[in-house]
Amino acid sequence: MTTSPLQFVPPQDFHARSRAALDDPQLRQSFRGAMTFLQDKRRSQFGDEDELQRLRDLGEAVRKNALAQLPALLERLEATLTAAGAKVHWAATPEEANAIIHGIATDRGARRIVKGKSMASEEIELNHYLEQRGVACLESDMGEYIVQLAGEKPSHIVMPAIHKTRADIGALFTEHIPGTEYTEDVDQLIQTGRRTLRNAFVEADIGLSGVNFAAADTGTLWLVENEGNGRLSTTVPDVHIAIMGIEKVVEKLEHIVPLATLLTRSATGQAITTYFNLISGPRRAGELDGPRELHLVLLDNGRTQAYTDEELRSTLQCIRCGACMNHCPVYGRIGGHAYGTTYPGPIGAILSPHLLGLESTADLATASSLCGACGDVCPVRIPIPQLLVRLRTEANRNPDAEVAHPLRGQGAKYSRGERLVWRFWSGAFARPGVYRLFRWAATRLRVLAPNEQLGWTKYRTPLKPAPRSLADLLRDKGQL
Amino acid sequence: MSARDRILGRLRAAGPQAAGMTDLERRIDAHFDARRAEAPAAADVLARRMQAALQAVRAQAWCARAGEWPAQLARRLSEAGVSRILVDAVSAEGRALRAALPAGVEALAFERPLEEWKAELFGTVDAGFTVARSGIAATGTLVLAPDAATPRTVSLVPPLHIALVYAHTLHADLHQALHAERWQDGMPANLVLATGPSKTSDIQQTLAFGAHGPRWTWVVIVTDAKEPV
Repeated sequence: MTTSPLQFVPPQDFHARSRAALDDPQLRQSFRGAMTFLQDKRRSQFGDEDELQRLRDLGEAVRKNALAQLPALLERLEATLTAAGAKVHWAATPEEANAIIHGIATDRGARRIVKGKSMASEEIELNHYLEQRGVACLESDMGEYIVQLAGEKPSHIVMPAIHKTRADIGALFTEHIPGTEYTEDVDQLIQTGRRTLRNAFVEADIGLSGVNFAAADTGTLWLVENEGNGRLSTTVPDVHIAIMGIEKVVEKLEHIVPLATLLTRSATGQAITTYFNLISGPRRAGELDGPRELHLVLLDNGRTQAYTDEELRSTLQCIRCGACMNHCPVYGRIGGHAYGTTYPGPIGAILSPHLLGLESTADLATASSLCGACGDVCPVRIPIPQLLVRLRTEANRNPDAEVAHPLRGQGAKYSRGERLVWRFWSGAFARPGVYRLFRWAATRLRVLAPNEQLGWTKYRTPLKPAPRSLADLLRDKGQL
Repeated sequence: MSARDRILGRLRAAGPQAAGMTDLERRIDAHFDARRAEAPAAADVLARRMQAALQAVRAQAWCARAGEWPAQLARRLSEAGVSRILVDAVSAEGRALRAALPAGVEALAFERPLEEWKAELFGTVDAGFTVARSGIAATGTLVLAPDAATPRTVSLVPPLHIALVYAHTLHADLHQALHAERWQDGMPANLVLATGPSKTSDIQQTLAFGAHGPRWTWVVIVTDAKEPV
């Protein structure tokens, strides 16, 4: 079956959704509070600036080292995990990944899947795909569960329900969980979630999780979490399916040490999370629990496109900490849903074009003032601002231009009119006579400047040439 | 062409594969070795650091001598109203705890495969007792290597997780734990690093303990025992 996964919100409506988000004071307050909180938490973990910079060097080196030998490492990971009794699957597209997971469920007559947190599964719209085919998927991460109950998608990759207030969640639980009285007490809300989901772990036929890091040498899947739902999902059901993007593998288990500390400190400002769950195979002979089957789905979904281009390859260094969005002045004001993509914020803007094509995502790279905060906090030193500029260039490139590594949707924002204006401008600038004429005309005819100037006047006052040019003014002062 | 061939083909078409960095391990080791050298610590200092780190993540942690912890634990279990505890009957520690338990606390061994008593485990067991392989003092982390006698769910499903860790097994940090125990030479099917009770900040960034894993964690740090035979 090759049904396209449903895009719940089309990313191309970015401008309209941003406007709506900016006009929603409650949403803006939620994000403002959350951003300040997460920034402070992270800062408290990196008191030693020198240590931070050296760790970032190591994190970058580990990721670059892994990407430099990616195909060999993927084969090695496959070999070590297979030797341990796991089954490794490869999916080039979301459709293939969904079909693989559905196939595993069908073969075992599975009706219920309990999920630990997985952004890759969000990316392929797995829940939707399986539910259409009669397999129930229940999110068990508290944030993901809240978002699922509300029929929404995560607005942050680490804190999925960051846009919701405790009052929203109290009302949501009262409405959807029978016998629940309204409360805004967070402890009570969490205990309600715990009680409600507990049975799901017992009854699930399959547990599905993401993967934070994978070590090729030992065949270890390294999962990071606080709630214990990840451990329950990967331990209690008889079958565990893990899904990960192909870029998550590193060469050696010991290389994960700097990445793990960078991840927890950058993401939530924790020295370590409650659990690092290291899985190196299914239940072994003599063991009394743990899944008897372990499957790993390796997902491409456009990552190979980023890999092909040397500059864009650094996108794949990402360890999904979310620090770039936590520090982004644009994300902090419009929130995650405005982007309309699985991955919002700066990392979403540079990753989504590879996943979805530039046709629907070209606007995302413009959602940045290029202030550089994302690049400054990135624990693996991805040059995010540079990549934003690069993607703007690709979106404005002539669609017919032949380049070494064409991107899907090249030239999505290409405009002949704009190109003509730039050609005139560079031509005028290169010829003093033409330029003088232009200057003379612009200053004399300034009253003719229109009040509506396309995109410019959407948010800004109209441009109007000055009555006299700079050159004229300087000449009057005898300085030219 | 299979998806595997297509993916690997595209990656390989991106150009000749570079060799890995040759000095990466040395650089990582140098970083963490230098950090540790700033604050070298003997076993008793590590024990205190472990205890403080555990308390910081809302675990109850205390240091005890080898002869005294079973009675201490038994008393605390009674006070907490625990009526069923998973504790193995194989290890010396498991047997010592069993011998000390009062009449009101039932000791249960994990003897059947999980699938035969899932609902019972989730519904009726109040506590699980494990002996940690080691600990990481910097973060208050327990290194748990589940085995046949003490499977993974013992430290996961019951609302109270009790762990015993020997001070002489404590490492300063994760980097040291991984190297001293030579993880790269072979990993168990599941190795868990657990730091305090489960928690979440998913509702308006408000920290709440007792998410899906244990709601309470007790850690006994045994300070006087030497390397077990």
